[in-house]
Amino acid sequence: MTIFTFYLFDRNGTCLYYAEWNRKKQLTMSKDEEFKLMYGMLFSIKSFASRLSPTDMKEGFLNFTTSKYKLHFFETPSGLKLILNTDLSVGNMKDVLQQIFSSIYVEYVVKNPLCKLDQPITSELFKYKLDEYVKSLSAFQTSKTAS
Amino acid sequence: MSRQANRAGDPRKVNGELFTLTYGALVAQLIKDYENDEQVNKQLDKMGYNMGVRLIEDFLARANMGRCNDFRETADVIAKVAFKMYLGLTPVVSNWSAAGDEFSLLLESNPLTEFVELPSGHNNLNYSNLMCGVLRGALEMVQMDVDVRFVQDTLKGDNITEIRLKFNKRLEDAVPVGED
Repeated sequence: MTIFTFYLFDRNGTCLYYAEWNRKKQLTMSKDEEFKLMYGMLFSIKSFASRLSPTDMKEGFLNFTTSKYKLHFFETPSGLKLILNTDLSVGNMKDVLQQIFSSIYVEYVVKNPLCKLDQPITSELFKYKLDEYVKSLSAFQTSKTAS
Repeated sequence: MSRQANRAGDPRKVNGELFTLTYGALVAQLIKDYENDEQVNKQLDKMGYNMGVRLIEDFLARANMGRCNDFRETADVIAKVAFKMYLGLTPVVSNWSAAGDEFSLLLESNPLTEFVELPSGHNNLNYSNLMCGVLRGALEMVQMDVDVRFVQDTLKGDNITEIRLKFNKRLEDAVPVGED
């Protein structure tokens, strides 16, 4: 199992944070372009899912899978969007994303008055805590023995 | 690490008097700094707004709550969950407008005003105006444009403190550039 990348978008579509761990294929476009593309896709998938749903949705769009990877999506009622890309063997990551929001983002960004909420996160502490947390996940760790 | 150490001991409780007195000192300083009560009210509202914008994230992280489907549900969450969590009290929700877009929070006691007597000459001061800003800021972050104001205040001789909330509109999600 592997975790590839993590994205954090605010409600306006600004990419607040991006991290990668085992991303093998580098894109040719710039990061900014990639963020815009990613946000646009999420926005479209969300409205796509809600329009096509035959019943009232509780949670909306949660994840999608391709032949190579799985994208996990979590959105707070305040519009913060957390995205985690993993390989196919990883199960439900909702709790993990929720945990990143409540014990890393809220603790080290929201509660730090020097961190602006609508600009990319530069806090080293946040960076460190997130990296530490992701690397501690079982979904991440087994990748080491496997690869 | 120190953050975690604090958390382990006494996670989210702080002495209520410390909070009340700190708030009192803040208001007293604003009264010194500004010429009239209206400006003080405005500053308190602004500060509250800035707090609310951040506080909502803390609230969502702690309460682990989904989206509210209507304004009545919002009212319940504010009164029963949010006020309880941050101020340790549960205001009564009442005085719904016919359209269901306006309600009041009735507070029998207001922790901010525990040791306060308004001196004469400050009839326009809304001492606890910070609260209005907090509610407005927090609700704006969950896509609700709401007006919040004090209509009754025990400090001004009313029997009860009443905060009135009026729902204006739902704020739409930002559309990414290039769409539509």
